[in-house]
Amino acid sequence: MFRKKRRLLAHVLTAVLMLSFVGCGEKNSGTLTSQGQAETVSLTGSGSSFVYPLLNQQIEEYRKGNSNITINYQSSGSGAGIKQVSEQTIDFGATDGPMTDEQLKSTKGGQLLHIPLTLGAVAVTYNVPNAPKELKIGPTVLADIFLGKITNWNDQQIANDNPGVSLPDSKITVAHRSDGSGTTYIFSDYLSSISPEWLSKVGKGTSLNWPAGLGGKGNAGVAGVIQQTSGSIGYLELAYATQNNLSYAMMKNKEGKWVPPSLQTTAAAAAAATIPDDMRVSIVNAPGADAYPIAGFSWALIYKDQTDKAKGTALVNFINWSIHDGQALSEGLHYAKLPASLVSREEEMLKSITFQGEPLIK
Amino acid sequence: MSKKRILTTSMGDQTLRLLTLLMAVSVLVLMAWMGWQMFDAARLSIQKFGLSFITNRVWDPVKEQFGALPFIYGTLVTSLLALLLAAPIGLGVAIFLNEMAESKFRAVVGFLVEMLAAIPSVVYGLWGIFVLAPWLRETVEPGLAKWLGFIPLFQGTPVGFGMLAGGLILAVMILPTIAAISREVMAAVPNMQREAALALGATKWEMIRVAVLPYAKSGIMGGIMLGLGRALGETMAVTMVIGNRPDILPSLFAPAYSMAAVIANEFTEATYDLYLSALVEIGLILFGITLVLNFFARLLVWSVARGPKGGNVV
Repeated sequence: MFRKKRRLLAHVLTAVLMLSFVGCGEKNSGTLTSQGQAETVSLTGSGSSFVYPLLNQQIEEYRKGNSNITINYQSSGSGAGIKQVSEQTIDFGATDGPMTDEQLKSTKGGQLLHIPLTLGAVAVTYNVPNAPKELKIGPTVLADIFLGKITNWNDQQIANDNPGVSLPDSKITVAHRSDGSGTTYIFSDYLSSISPEWLSKVGKGTSLNWPAGLGGKGNAGVAGVIQQTSGSIGYLELAYATQNNLSYAMMKNKEGKWVPPSLQTTAAAAAAATIPDDMRVSIVNAPGADAYPIAGFSWALIYKDQTDKAKGTALVNFINWSIHDGQALSEGLHYAKLPASLVSREEEMLKSITFQGEPLIK
Repeated sequence: MSKKRILTTSMGDQTLRLLTLLMAVSVLVLMAWMGWQMFDAARLSIQKFGLSFITNRVWDPVKEQFGALPFIYGTLVTSLLALLLAAPIGLGVAIFLNEMAESKFRAVVGFLVEMLAAIPSVVYGLWGIFVLAPWLRETVEPGLAKWLGFIPLFQGTPVGFGMLAGGLILAVMILPTIAAISREVMAAVPNMQREAALALGATKWEMIRVAVLPYAKSGIMGGIMLGLGRALGETMAVTMVIGNRPDILPSLFAPAYSMAAVIANEFTEATYDLYLSALVEIGLILFGITLVLNFFARLLVWSVARGPKGGNVV
């Protein structure tokens, strides 16, 4: 009996010890495969959840021709992506809001490049009994609704933009994202650009101190609040709004034209915007007759000086593929395509990425 | 007897003692370590805001202003509301199942009540969005406003999503915990107690009140406290129905926010260090509140358990 017990104990102890060794082993093997063997490369990326469906599909497609490259992208949120890439714990990040100058100064691996991967638009959706499908909501009206200044659907200011439409005497319930999100960033970027009051009172960011309304978690949460609450208004990723057949509003763009959100009008916004060399640009309220005003880029964050030749080459090749052939997957997934003029500029940017002074692609 | 055992401890017993001691200590170490880590990560925010973090009502990540009061308020009020609703019902369920119900019925209903505990919280949340919130907005809140509208708690526009929805969903979630534990401890009351009470001519209710409840009260308290613990920490279901608005308003109809919910919502997109640190500090406060409440609960259970086992004479 006694001996049996001791033997059992010994087994338990060995098992515990073995487990801890296995743990250490796993930690090492990752770096071994990426450095020791030349052919197989594994890349890790993290960040924006907005680009996740597209990037995931692109990775799958890309691996069909390049089975030696494994790319693991986690949709951990733009904030986490920025943090991890700054600390060099991942090979590339992705974000829906550009990094600030301050954030760019505190990166561990030197200069980080912003490379646009895709475009997103934010649709303003509503649930008003007997309202038409494409209600017109002007910029100041939208800002005043979200500031809590316009509180009823029969307000004269809404009626002015929608002649011939009679809107009910119904209280407006504002719904917004409660989780930090790139969608909120683009939406608040737009409101800040058209309303000085919004800019000074609230500002732009992934989470805000909202002056009115209630928060839903994720696109699904906001859509749930809107669908369940008569008289509500909120904002959603365009893809989410179209897939769920919600009514969305037409927006008045910079040229004074009423534009519905769509892949074409989003692409038009990107094509018409002036984009600086570092690509950190906001394209809300872009010029152009067809441009939809509430749109924004998602960027990949990549170090200009790569520290591992095999990884760096694989990464640059993949991103290059993603902005060219990979764009063919966009529209099926409700993302707008990058305009051709921008793609050629991005290509130049990718060519500037180096390993020990040598460019990784030509 | 016990002395003899200690004298003849074998090698195996000693190892067992050591192993189990290690396990017991590891829990304490883990807790202390977690507390320290959280304190360390929250340091930036603690240094910047000090005590004002707890009293400030503004939460503005854009302007780097952080105050936790609305979240503390939201967590405490929803949990209290949940407890007020779930404790009597849970106790009633336990009394009925143990003392009144037929044995077949008892097994079925008991099983179903405990099933409630197995439902994932995100499912509760979905139910909250699609069933509970509309029902509250259309029926319950207008009714409450009509009959009890003179109390500030029941004033304001019915929205559905808000403090009341959060409290109700928590009540449903903690009900099985309270019911199951109360039932277990009541089942452990010796039948002699009941028989004695009945033999003295007590009615069923008198028997329960005099013989069963006093015997089981410390266990029931424990069950209620476990329920409270779950309510304080519940995240997903609450954030889906509470409206997520960091505001302190007297009405139960108004949207509110809880500590666990804000951490889950904003953690991934917390883009700068102070922001992240402020969120961790909220976690630290939640940790602290849970510890303090548990401590008082222990104290309560302990003082109740020391009281007389039998009830007063009817």
